[in-house]
Amino acid sequence: MSLLEEELKNEAEESTGAAATSPAALTAFRRGASGVTVPILTAVLAFIAGGLIVLATGHNPLSTYQSIFNGTGLNWLFPWVSGAERSTAASNLQQTLIQATPLILVGLAVSYAFRAGLFNIGGQGQYTVGGIAAVWVGSSFAGMPAVLHIVFAIVAAAAAGALWGGIAGVLKAVTGANEVISTIMLNWIAIWLGVYCFQLGGPLHNPHMPSTPVSNNVVAGAKLPVFWGSASLQGLSIGIFISLALAVVYALLIKRTRLGYESRTVGFNPEAARYAGMNVGNTWIRVMLICGAFGGVAAALDILGWEFNLFTNVIQTSQIGFYGIAVALLGRNTASGNVAAGILFGALLTGTSDRNINLSIDPTLVQYLTFMIEGIIILLVSTDVITLRLLKGGRQIGVALRRKPAAQAGANEGRSS
Amino acid sequence: MSVGTVAVAPARAVSPKQIAIAGLILGALAWVITVPPIGVRGMAPSIVLAVLAVCAGAWSAANGERKLGLEAILIALFAVAGAVASANSGVATLGSVFTWSALVAATLRYATPLLFAALGGLISERSGVINVGLEGQMLMGCFWGIYGADLLHSWVWGLLVGMIAGGALGVVHAFFSIHLRANQIVSGFGINFLALGITGYFLEYHYGPNGTPLNISMVPNVKIPLIQHIGFFGTAFGDANLMTWIGIALVPTLTYFLFRTRGGLRLRSVGEKPRAADTVGVSVVRIRYAAVIASGMFAALGGAYLSVGFVGSFSNDMTNGRGFIGLAAMIFGKWKPWGALWACLLFGLGSALSDRVSGVNQTLGTLFEALPYVLTLVAVAGLVGRSRPPAADGIPYVRE
Repeated sequence: MSLLEEELKNEAEESTGAAATSPAALTAFRRGASGVTVPILTAVLAFIAGGLIVLATGHNPLSTYQSIFNGTGLNWLFPWVSGAERSTAASNLQQTLIQATPLILVGLAVSYAFRAGLFNIGGQGQYTVGGIAAVWVGSSFAGMPAVLHIVFAIVAAAAAGALWGGIAGVLKAVTGANEVISTIMLNWIAIWLGVYCFQLGGPLHNPHMPSTPVSNNVVAGAKLPVFWGSASLQGLSIGIFISLALAVVYALLIKRTRLGYESRTVGFNPEAARYAGMNVGNTWIRVMLICGAFGGVAAALDILGWEFNLFTNVIQTSQIGFYGIAVALLGRNTASGNVAAGILFGALLTGTSDRNINLSIDPTLVQYLTFMIEGIIILLVSTDVITLRLLKGGRQIGVALRRKPAAQAGANEGRSS
Repeated sequence: MSVGTVAVAPARAVSPKQIAIAGLILGALAWVITVPPIGVRGMAPSIVLAVLAVCAGAWSAANGERKLGLEAILIALFAVAGAVASANSGVATLGSVFTWSALVAATLRYATPLLFAALGGLISERSGVINVGLEGQMLMGCFWGIYGADLLHSWVWGLLVGMIAGGALGVVHAFFSIHLRANQIVSGFGINFLALGITGYFLEYHYGPNGTPLNISMVPNVKIPLIQHIGFFGTAFGDANLMTWIGIALVPTLTYFLFRTRGGLRLRSVGEKPRAADTVGVSVVRIRYAAVIASGMFAALGGAYLSVGFVGSFSNDMTNGRGFIGLAAMIFGKWKPWGALWACLLFGLGSALSDRVSGVNQTLGTLFEALPYVLTLVAVAGLVGRSRPPAADGIPYVRE
């Protein structure tokens, strides 16, 4: 078996380079090419770019960067920060980690698909249906024991997400439908399904709020225990540990199980996997089921951890599935990478949110600045080349080309500017 | 499928494919007869038709036409659901929802922005660059269209300014996907975020809480003198917007350009086999840039139609996913302009129906909003046969 893996690896390496076709091959190429330096540098660049946008509105860049950094709450880690500043930092860091909790999981939903050669853009839809299921279970069954209720809600969300992911997997396996298109469509179907459920007069609408399109509230017993900060002021719940535990599960799944091995093989080269006797379609379906479950649990942790209900406009404006793609790319589809990228992205989102960069800018404008910053971050994450070029002092396109024959690399260099 | 079964299969008078198509039509009829103008009351005829459709589907599925046969069964099941809905609504309700002339007019209105986006996406993907940023480029056209029309007091300027704004985002997407070899889908999402921020920021910055002014110069409707007063045609086509006709005229124009001119051949060759195109001296980079920028401009026109052509104002995130429906329409239409047009009309009909159903039942109308996406899902699963994207779609080109 190891011989086969070796051969698959070689084949994948041959087909890598910038023109690599399968996402998994691209992933392998990127992980090999850049290690951890490039993702970190990319994040720093994104941070700088975020500040530049604020700078463009005529504010002091240094104080801007400082306020973004303090907004992330990461200054809590500095021992010399004390007093009121420390408590603000603590609550900011709680926010960062609250954001990171689902981001890690949605990132994993994208990552696992990537490893199997699929591009799961459906994180958004899987998250949305997971949220619908979690809020329904969490707000019903009021008499249940707390632990059981929480587990039930999380499992229900995982099942709903798995169903949503599984549809794309089945369509891909049975009819060859492109998963990029089908998952985008499933995202929108999920959003309208959510709006249908919670709109005024919808089947799951909260009858006590006759003029607000919102779900029922999660009952006290189904809320995740808060262990840091105040439970009434959005403290940090144990959801972050569930998220981290699932990252470990993901690592084991990928590295230690037969399914993980099959997924990676299918991702490298579906044809070779088929020749080796693997059922490619079946693997795709199982991978998408698991991806969907990750996305569903992400929503459950949000709903049970701090949101406690679901507004239709929250469903319609949530962008977490797309952040998840960025997290997966930045995290190089590994478990540890996703955790790091999830926390980093959570920090960026918290640090640049309207709460933290309102440096005398009109507060209504700040939210749009935040969108612009996020756009630039995602653009930067979409490509390694900027960072690679910076690393190489602008003279080479990057380590990537070392893998190619020298002559070829030379030719590429000439074209790259 | 083994070679053996192919050899054994005898030539039939009626092929399984024809039976499957007959099944599809029968299935659709099961629903169509229950709404005006036919308006059959009672379930019996629908059920007979649906059962026939299921039989035809099952038979053809068993005889080699698996996909089409299954689709026929699926359509029959949908039709029965639709027939049940018709049977449970009053005649007056059905009449108000299915006023066909108004429905056609609304379909055209809803299809227009989608069509521009779809054609934009088509140009880009035919050159080998996936443009998920259509949504953002549309949104840019939407806001800057209003801005231009307001500032320069003419909708012509509005469209131009909108196109420039959409083209500018096209440049960004082109730079990232061509020069920086970004993951094109991710950079497309980045573009969408950027557009959401830029348009929202400038809306707030220029117009403040009152929003865009009321007396914007708008794209006029075209009143066709002859058919304007002829009942059905008058209502359906007599008073459509100029942009609608421009969009429809673009379809044959683009078809001609893509498949009959040298430029079109180059564009397609860059999307299919960039290396071969490069070898014969076609600049892959230049053509892809041109295509992505044009794509942004087309999408922006679709957005500008929403603001300057239809509503007369701009609100945040006004496009609301229409760029993605345009993208889906292009794929549904198999990367061909005519196909995209039919797909847009189908999606437009979905939105028009949802609109009319909302008038009767708000809750149900919301579910109809999901109809275009469900249709696309069914379509990519094989109703229209396997569609094939351009071979080099989404793959950055590196010269050897």
